[in-house]
Amino acid sequence: MARYEAIVIGVSAGGLQALSILIPSLPENFAVPVLIVLHRKAERDSFLEEHLDGLSQVKVRVAKPNDILEPGKVYMAPGGYHLMVERGNILALSIDPPVCFSLPSIDVLFESAADVYQEKLIGVILTGANSDGSDGLKKIRALGGLGVVQDPETADAPTMPESAISVAGADHILPLDEIGSFLTEIIRGT
Amino acid sequence: MKDHEKEELELDVFLTLVHKCYGYDFSQYARASIKRRVQKLTLLSGHKHISALLPKILYEPDFLDEFLRGMSVTVTEMFRDPWVFKMLREKVIPALRIFPKINIWHAGCATGEEVYSMAILLQEEGLLEYSRIYATDFNDHSLRIAHNGIYPLENMKKYTQNYIQAGGKSSFSDYYRVGGEFAIFDNSLKKNIVFTNHNLVEDQAFGEMNLVVCRNVLIYFNQTLQSRVLGLFRDSLSTRGFLILGEKETTRFSKLDDDFEVFSSREKIFRMK
Repeated sequence: MARYEAIVIGVSAGGLQALSILIPSLPENFAVPVLIVLHRKAERDSFLEEHLDGLSQVKVRVAKPNDILEPGKVYMAPGGYHLMVERGNILALSIDPPVCFSLPSIDVLFESAADVYQEKLIGVILTGANSDGSDGLKKIRALGGLGVVQDPETADAPTMPESAISVAGADHILPLDEIGSFLTEIIRGT
Repeated sequence: MKDHEKEELELDVFLTLVHKCYGYDFSQYARASIKRRVQKLTLLSGHKHISALLPKILYEPDFLDEFLRGMSVTVTEMFRDPWVFKMLREKVIPALRIFPKINIWHAGCATGEEVYSMAILLQEEGLLEYSRIYATDFNDHSLRIAHNGIYPLENMKKYTQNYIQAGGKSSFSDYYRVGGEFAIFDNSLKKNIVFTNHNLVEDQAFGEMNLVVCRNVLIYFNQTLQSRVLGLFRDSLSTRGFLILGEKETTRFSKLDDDFEVFSSREKIFRMK
């Protein structure tokens, strides 16, 4: 059995730039799905996904309800909706109230994914200016999953990675430009 | 057994009790959402484990209300996604004008913001007096709020922006009066609205609807329940009737897809073939 089955990433202020570095560094045959919550406003368009898709070898899409997760694909939470994973690798959205002032919220994605994948999940916290994702990363690590946090010194906004390290701890604290190759290695090794 | 496995079990037992004791079946709801909501209720009740709610749900009937209330909290607005209401006004309403009487079903109307949006739109198009709006939800508490038509005043700024973007023809503040911290919507808007309890999980279709509106409800259901509910809508709609779903919802992936055609894809408006 593969060691890891999915990766979840949470990112806020400075996120577009961070993702523009991280996602293009993943190889086309990346063996697991990647789910991302980037704090963003509700909007009708998917410029962000199209932009990242254009830069990347993996496919970047807006997450839709009932999507079945596929390896090598990146699913981004749409603005105005929480993104969750259901049993059976199916995606779900909700418009429940904001968590940590955020809709979508990183905690909501991380906690639902931890329930489904347990120790077979990697959680990644990147740059951001609030504490969303800390509780989620704590749950991932408590269930045996791997916690990766961007080195706050390399973050546009260090609050979110600092909060994650202090609340959840981390298995690896890495500069932004090393996270993509780290994930590629660890997924290839499984 | 690990703690998170115990928690899944506790949730199963809790939902089984809700079903057996009160008849509300949440087994076909999306699991992750319902789990978050029950966890939140657990914390609000001052407990750590979902199992602490079991005696409450068994022996405190008021606690069911509290649970149901928590189950239907969503983020909603008047004229939410204003472009949908604009399309409704410009393209759907003209097609409905030919009917002597227009029947509209707002399924899962929650606290009613969209129902009043519809009533305002119909009023401005001169159709409110020829319309009957059935506004339904499984939650009596939400229905009471919907029936009262009283909303926090602080929301009116956002609603006014939405109303203008939706092509509103008047001044939004004409439709409510201010009472303290609240906006009290005009009684004339609800004279043709029937607020009534209906549970999409187990209740039957309504007859001869020209338009069914059900936005951001199906995303909380699994695919089996989504199909059942789309079937209810098909059976409720009259020939060439309209169905409006939420921005992320679709008739695709269900066996009923063949019964509907896409009328306006971005606005998620469908029409019976």
